[in-house]
Order: sequence, then C-alpha cells, then structure tokens
Amino acid sequence: MDFNRYQRQTVLKDFGPEAQQKLKDSSVLVVGAGGLGIPALLYLNAMGVGTIGIVEQDNIEITNLQRQVLYTEGDLGKPKIEVVLKRLKQQNSSTNFKTFDTFLTRHNALEIIAQFDLVVDGSDNFPTRYLINDACVILKKPFVSGAIQGFEGQLSVFNYQGGPTYRCLFPNMPTHEEIPNCNENGVLGVIPGIIGNLQALEAVKAITGVGDVLNGKLLLFNGLQQSYQTINFNLQPKNTAIKKLLKSYGSEVCEIHQSISVQELEKILKGQELVQIIDVRTKEEFINFSLPQVKALNIPVNELKGRIKELNSQSPIYLLCQSGTRSDMAVRILEELNPELELYNIVGGVDRFLALHN
Amino acid sequence: MTILLFGVTKDIIGCATLSMPSSSEFGSKKSKTVKELKEYLGKMYPELKKLSSLAVAVNNSYANDDTIIDNFDEIALIPPVSGG
Repeated sequence: MDFNRYQRQTVLKDFGPEAQQKLKDSSVLVVGAGGLGIPALLYLNAMGVGTIGIVEQDNIEITNLQRQVLYTEGDLGKPKIEVVLKRLKQQNSSTNFKTFDTFLTRHNALEIIAQFDLVVDGSDNFPTRYLINDACVILKKPFVSGAIQGFEGQLSVFNYQGGPTYRCLFPNMPTHEEIPNCNENGVLGVIPGIIGNLQALEAVKAITGVGDVLNGKLLLFNGLQQSYQTINFNLQPKNTAIKKLLKSYGSEVCEIHQSISVQELEKILKGQELVQIIDVRTKEEFINFSLPQVKALNIPVNELKGRIKELNSQSPIYLLCQSGTRSDMAVRILEELNPELELYNIVGGVDRFLALHN
Repeated sequence: MTILLFGVTKDIIGCATLSMPSSSEFGSKKSKTVKELKEYLGKMYPELKKLSSLAVAVNNSYANDDTIIDNFDEIALIPPVSGG
C-alpha cells in the first residue's frame, strides 16, 4: 500500500499505519449514490477503504444537483452508478469497486450485503431503511444510518457489536400518509453533505476501532439552530431475533414505477376510446375544474376504499389529481386493497396538463 | 417542562420547542408518564396521533410509555426521517 498517500492520517498517533491497513482490508457497501451517499463515497474512497460497493439505479435529474455535488449539468439523464464509478476510479485507482445497478430489494439484499463488512445507508425511503436493518441483523453486519429532512439530520450506527438496531428506536415502518417520503421531502442542499460526511467518519471509526462509535446513540442535527443533540437508547433483544426478511417492505423503490407522464397518457387517449381515468380530487375541485380532454370518474382519495367496486379491475387504471401527490397516495391505497390492479399515477396531474398546453 | 420537536412534529405543532408551564393543565398534574403526555399532546394536535413510530426522549434518553416525567425534564419528540 502506498502509505505516503495516506501520510496525513497515518501520522496521527491515534490512527497510524495499523488503522490504515484495517481500512485497506475492509469492504463497505454504500446504498444510494444520492445526497448522503456521495459525500460518504468520496471520503471513504479518498481515505483508502479497500473495497467499496455501490447500489444505485436512478438516473441523474436536474433536481438532484442542488445537493448531489458529484454530478454536473452534463451528466443529466445518465445513470448515477456509471457517473459515480468513473469519478471514484479517477479519485483512487487502487480501490476495488463492486457496483450493483439495481435497487436494493428483499430478493437481492441478503446476497449483496453479505459481501461486505459494513453498510452505509444513504437511501431515501423507509422501506429500504427497514430492509437494510433487517438484512443487517440477519447477517450480523453493522450499518451506519443517516437520514435527513428539511434542515435536520439523524445519524446512528446500528447493530454494532451487539448494540441496538433501527427497530429499537423506531419499531414499525411509518405509513406513507404519516411522514413525507422520498422526493416529497424538502431539504436544504448542504444538510445531506453534513450527515453523509459524518456517516463516512462513523464508518471509518467502526472499521478501525479508533474513537467511540455512535453505538446506542442517536445524533440529532439541527442546521437552523446549529445544534447537535445525542439521545441514548438501548437494545430491545427481540429486535435481534429476526431470522428472515418480511414478505414485503412496501414499495422499496422511491421512484414510483407505476407512473405515466402526461405526454404518454395523451398518446394513449388519442389511440383509444375507453381509458379508465379516476380523478381523486374532492368533488368540489372536480366540479370547479376538469380537463376537457379527459373523461374521468371522480372518486375522492378518502372514498376509494368504499367505492373500489366502481373500478374496472380488468383494464388499467390511471389516477389523476391536481399535482400528482394524492394520486400517488391513491396508487398505494388501491395497491394494498387489490394487488392485482394495474395502476398508473399521472405524474404532475392537472397542473402538468395545463402547463403543457399553455 | 420543555418539549423539543424534530422532523414532522415541528410541522404539526408549528414551532421548534413547546413549553408546558407548571400552571398549565398538563404541567400541574402530580404524576405524569410519557403515555399521558402523548395522549395530552394528541388531543391538542390530532395529527400527532397518526405517528405510529414516534420516539420520545426524556433528558436525552429514550423513554418508554411508562417513564415518569416531571416539570424540570426536557422532552424530545423524534419521528423517523427518511430523506437521503
């Protein structure tokens, strides 16, 4: 190993060549190359982690650039995994990379995670967070968890040397209605940078044994107050008794697969007479304004459960609302009520139709 | 009693910290548990009741429903966040 390269950290009395060798011998899986994953990857790679795995299947979008600082305008539309791999190889040619061009699912999680010593969770949705927890508990792997929302961040190292797990803090996965998920969340660009870097620090400490790992402690960061608060919590032994993954973690993919753009829908509308479109806005909104080119049945989102019989389960169902949020919720509600339905959320809703034609 | 609010609880209640003076209905109660606090807050802010996984910390330690709290304690309401 080129120790000269790492001289500025090996010279540290509490780190030294021994810790550097441990980094070299270690393997770390980073789930998600987004706001958290990018700073974590850049620093883990720079500091000399020998093997780095990356799980990611998204493409780069314009709204990513405000916080995912590795990507450039020229990368828009490209797969994140390709762009990030190219850059990390340039940064450190001695790292061994393993890339997984997929989302983490209950079908691949155990097989992927088993190949690594430690996981850094940089995912952006609850199903993946609970999946990572359960898979790490089953495989007895520690994981460094970071999560952000707005101006705040949370950080902890779970399942480390017999310590508590994510479920010891938050036993059950929140439903989609309880807490905003995925890209509905606002976040100030620099916040994931701070938390992702702290994840890299905790990962290095967990691997090398240097310092005190954030084990059994939850760090709460508030960027507006510039405050860091640490909450202590204990292991609930039942949470380490997990032997297999759940049958379902809900939709593990943040990006909703069952979605359709307004342009695509308009093509379908041109070719077909009968297209089943359900407008899930309120009755008032529906009467007040409906799109002339769309013949929709109005079932407000809170009435779906009681009126599911009005839907034709034999043909695709396109869900519409004003901006695409309630229709997304409608997809999830209907999916739970009847997994056989073919459901599509109309992305951007009525607003997008109007924007397209004005 | 001071209650620090994180994540979505801040949005629901509409501020970053909530003060419960000992003269208030809840503050003046003699013995109080985390469960009672949650029920009291749930009445005032019904949206809070929807949170199935809400961690409560008392003086920087994770608390259970039966943890006793008094007027000098600092409480934190901590929902999970998922963003990345």
